[in-house]
Amino acid sequence: MTSSEFFGNKTRLAVLLFLASEGIFFAFLITGYVFYHGAVKNGPDAHNSLDVLKTGIYTIILLSSSATIYMAERALKRKQKGFSFWMGITVVCGLVFLFGEMREYMRLLQQNVTISRNLFGSTYYTVTGFHAAHVTIGIILMGILLLLSFRGGIKEKDHIGVEVISYYWHFVDVVWVAVFSVIYLWSTR
Amino acid sequence: MSEISVLPQPMHDLEVEESRAGLLRWAASVDHKQIALMYMMASIVFFVFGGVEALLMRLQLAIPNNAFLSPETYDQLFTLHGTTMIFLVTVPVLLGFGTYIVPLMIGARDMAFPRLNALGFWLFLFGGFLLYFSILAGNAPDMGWFSYAPLSEKSYSSLGGVDYWALGILAIGIGTVSTAINLIATVATLRVPGMTLRRLPLFAWMSAVNSFLIIFAMPAINAAAAMLFIDRNLHARFFTPDAGGSPVLWQHFFWNFGHPEVYIMILPAFGIISEVIPVFSRKAIFGYGFVAASTVAIGLLSFGVWAHHMFAVGLGHPMDIFFAAGSALIAIPTGIKIFNWIVTMWGGTIHFTTAMLFAVAFLIEFTIGGLSGVIFAVVPIDWQLTDTYFLVAHIHYVLFGGTMFGILSGVYYWFPKFTGKMLSEKLGKWNFWLTVIGFNATFFIQHVLGAEGMPRRVWTYPDLPHWYWMNMLSTVGAFVLGFAFLVLFWNIWRSRKMGEYAGDNPWSAWTLEWATSSPPPIYNFAEVPPVHGRRPIWDLENPEHTDAKQGGRS
Repeated sequence: MTSSEFFGNKTRLAVLLFLASEGIFFAFLITGYVFYHGAVKNGPDAHNSLDVLKTGIYTIILLSSSATIYMAERALKRKQKGFSFWMGITVVCGLVFLFGEMREYMRLLQQNVTISRNLFGSTYYTVTGFHAAHVTIGIILMGILLLLSFRGGIKEKDHIGVEVISYYWHFVDVVWVAVFSVIYLWSTR
Repeated sequence: MSEISVLPQPMHDLEVEESRAGLLRWAASVDHKQIALMYMMASIVFFVFGGVEALLMRLQLAIPNNAFLSPETYDQLFTLHGTTMIFLVTVPVLLGFGTYIVPLMIGARDMAFPRLNALGFWLFLFGGFLLYFSILAGNAPDMGWFSYAPLSEKSYSSLGGVDYWALGILAIGIGTVSTAINLIATVATLRVPGMTLRRLPLFAWMSAVNSFLIIFAMPAINAAAAMLFIDRNLHARFFTPDAGGSPVLWQHFFWNFGHPEVYIMILPAFGIISEVIPVFSRKAIFGYGFVAASTVAIGLLSFGVWAHHMFAVGLGHPMDIFFAAGSALIAIPTGIKIFNWIVTMWGGTIHFTTAMLFAVAFLIEFTIGGLSGVIFAVVPIDWQLTDTYFLVAHIHYVLFGGTMFGILSGVYYWFPKFTGKMLSEKLGKWNFWLTVIGFNATFFIQHVLGAEGMPRRVWTYPDLPHWYWMNMLSTVGAFVLGFAFLVLFWNIWRSRKMGEYAGDNPWSAWTLEWATSSPPPIYNFAEVPPVHGRRPIWDLENPEHTDAKQGGRS
């Protein structure tokens, strides 16, 4: 496929433009975090509050869901079985990630690390919260695909719809790579 | 050329719409022409709001030590005026032109995503309602349109006005981005065969470049508005200095949006001018490639100059120098455009219709605004003049003398296509001269007031030598300007009912929107003319002298 054919599909083009815009949005949120990194002298911050190991495991689960949605897409393209299976795994991975994030939030809230506590709380919850909202939307989109495929509705001709939803899901993963690197891996002093 | 044209008859061919009556035909519409007309009508309503707000402020400032308005009301008025004119008038009316004209120019049936188009419009409209609902809720925002922290924070603005502002901006921002994506997808994928990017009409070019600016600039203010809203309602600390937050971060985020926004408001107006000047000079545009490429250059540069709005913050010498140089650079691609338009007119057979008069006035007024802009790029001058009426004069020469004159030119140029009727040229001339006189009377003198040190955003002023008559002149000018718009509205109202029939192509123009009836049928084109050059209708009517034969301009 040449690049003009690739971008000549209006759905693909529009979703890529949308994700570019979303990427800028997250870039500004993450910039806000970076700007205040180290601003907290006393009290909770990334170093003394976050659980890097557990969140790292949930990160691996989220990132592997990029592979499973690719498998689902490939199955559809090749008219093979397995679309619903791989899409189902992807949804489960997304749900597990959200569950992990919820546990992290619960633990932090129990330690009274809230969005209003200090600048770490404000920036941490804003960045991860907007990301979690995007994960949730992705799960809803993929859930719709699953329902459609159970009803026998997804055919190879619907491929572009599945393709752009997978772009969205990859995007959510890539944003998480940035968020995890900046917030969790950069938590040492 | 059809002798009898009809007014837009909404939604004839979609059977589902047939059963719907009256307003629902509009509310449920996904037709790009109807949505575009709704965009424009909504911006006219908001323009009346913003205009009345401006006139109230000018009444307050007419005489020194005036107490016609309270300081609080005055603050609310300038906040609403700025927010309205930028987010609810200028950008949507230009998107309205874009969604109406761009699909026609490229020979398309509709936008790439008709429903997304409707979503974009309704998000904008309800964002506007949210902003104005703040008045009914008891407290309009009063912190200025750029909502500087910490003034916009809870401790200084405890009532809900800022929250309505932030939510309104978010809704408008998302709607604007969706329309921008739609415009790019339309231009990229729905051009008729033969219409290469080198043959794309310049208005479509600039609408597309403009849409890229929207896509990359809007997220900055969406992120900032979300953070401000979280600050105010969840007690976060982003922009509150007492808890370590930084108001300067707000300024960086805001102007990362705010400066590209200035070009978002002017590029489509450049596009309108680039269509109007060639048609009424009876010459093809001079330097098509340069006009298109300089648009891209302006778009790229616009993202690297935001901090010139922040010289007074004290960012340090290296930052100031960098942003001063970048800002001055923008004068180059802008200057290229101005010269291209002038050379297009050079030696042409110029027809001074109202549309052309506004286009020519645009060149002069916008150049004045551009020159005062270059002055502001010089850091020490900025320090001296920032937050004075010199700045107010500058932005109004750019946004009114530039953008609004471009829009008015576009209204007179495309109204026949929108409605099938001609606007009255006689009333148009009145409209034009009243606008030029009123506009310059209002704003030129503000350069002097600003240089004398009159600060903006202060509700009244002491009786210093000459300040009284200069302010009075400005107020009188503002009312002349207001009257000019009454003439325009009367002209639109009257011509829509009783104007002469326009026919398909009243101006003998060359781009594809003139190849169909006025107004176009729901499906736009029964047959799209072949496109072998930049001026398909010219090629069609002059098969012996096509652009391609006359020197390969294709």
